[in-house]
Amino acid sequence: MVVSLSVNGEAVEVDADPDTPLLWVLRDHLRLTGTKFGCGIAQCGACTVHLNGQPRRACVTPLGSLDGYDVTTIEGLKGPEADAVRAAWTALDTPQCGYCQSGQIMTAAALLAAVPSPGDGDIDAALAGNICRCATYVRIRKAVKTAAAALKG
Amino acid sequence: MRRTACLVALATLLALAACGEKKEEAKVPEGPLEVLGLKTVAAFSAIADPAERSAALFGEMAKVIAHPRCLNCHPRGDTPTQGESMRPHEPPVARGANGHGPPGMMCSTCHGATNVAFAGSPGSIPGHPHWGLAPLEMAWAGVPAAEICAQIKDPSRNGGRTLEALVEHMGKDSLVGWGWEPGEGRAPAPGDQATFGALVAAWVETGAHCPAP
Repeated sequence: MVVSLSVNGEAVEVDADPDTPLLWVLRDHLRLTGTKFGCGIAQCGACTVHLNGQPRRACVTPLGSLDGYDVTTIEGLKGPEADAVRAAWTALDTPQCGYCQSGQIMTAAALLAAVPSPGDGDIDAALAGNICRCATYVRIRKAVKTAAAALKG
Repeated sequence: MRRTACLVALATLLALAACGEKKEEAKVPEGPLEVLGLKTVAAFSAIADPAERSAALFGEMAKVIAHPRCLNCHPRGDTPTQGESMRPHEPPVARGANGHGPPGMMCSTCHGATNVAFAGSPGSIPGHPHWGLAPLEMAWAGVPAAEICAQIKDPSRNGGRTLEALVEHMGKDSLVGWGWEPGEGRAPAPGDQATFGALVAAWVETGAHCPAP
């Protein structure tokens, strides 16, 4: 089955089984390996991408459901929220091993686009599904707040 | 004289036979008495009193309403439960402003328009285009059947539905129907949506009476 979609602003056609998870399409077909495999059952958040601008776990998103959709991965994340998040993540040296961080960043950028000045509750609720085995949660929360402050100017 | 008496007797016999036939017809239920663990409307035809029959019909409806497939997203709090044991939802998620999760972690972050089988392990993630938590006023988890019955009839607590709209919703809405098509790894609600919808329709037709508290 050939599915037409946009990935990071570029039109692509993927010929694969419609049940193929988007995560496999990104990593194996399109060689975009920034999106990580963690659990494969939507429990950890490592595979978070944006689907039409909203966070979505790529491991449980079949290719067959994506005709005409816009997919954004960590490689193509752009805009003021993305810039602020990247700057804050770097300034605070937020990652430890880094494996979960592309998922954390995708969720953080989506949160800031919806809630420009998030409180602790907003951050915890948004990132509740992004697990970090290094337990960098305190730095992640601080980085989100730093990014929010930078966006305010 | 004898001829007249014979004719009267024959007429009486025929009338009795006709009555007997009618009585027998009413006793014979149409279709099965049970479908996949859910009693059908026919199973309640022996209850003569309509109010009593109505309350009994709701008791059967409650087998579906109180099933984990329904209760997990009709919680009394702001977080859903999951599985047959109705354990807390993992990952931890919140109701959000509209029942579809907070910004950054909406239900649609994980739940798509359909059930999706996991690619590398058994099981599936449930899905529907309107996946989300029922409003708090429609909380059913831990609520006795009599209270759910009162709640479900009350337009201020049933999404503004008339009883007729309720019949349509329960019998045909595809989100309700998900309860019988829950995907790999989950037990369906008892019966099927057609049997459940018929129970709801019969309950409404008999006055929508509730079981005793």
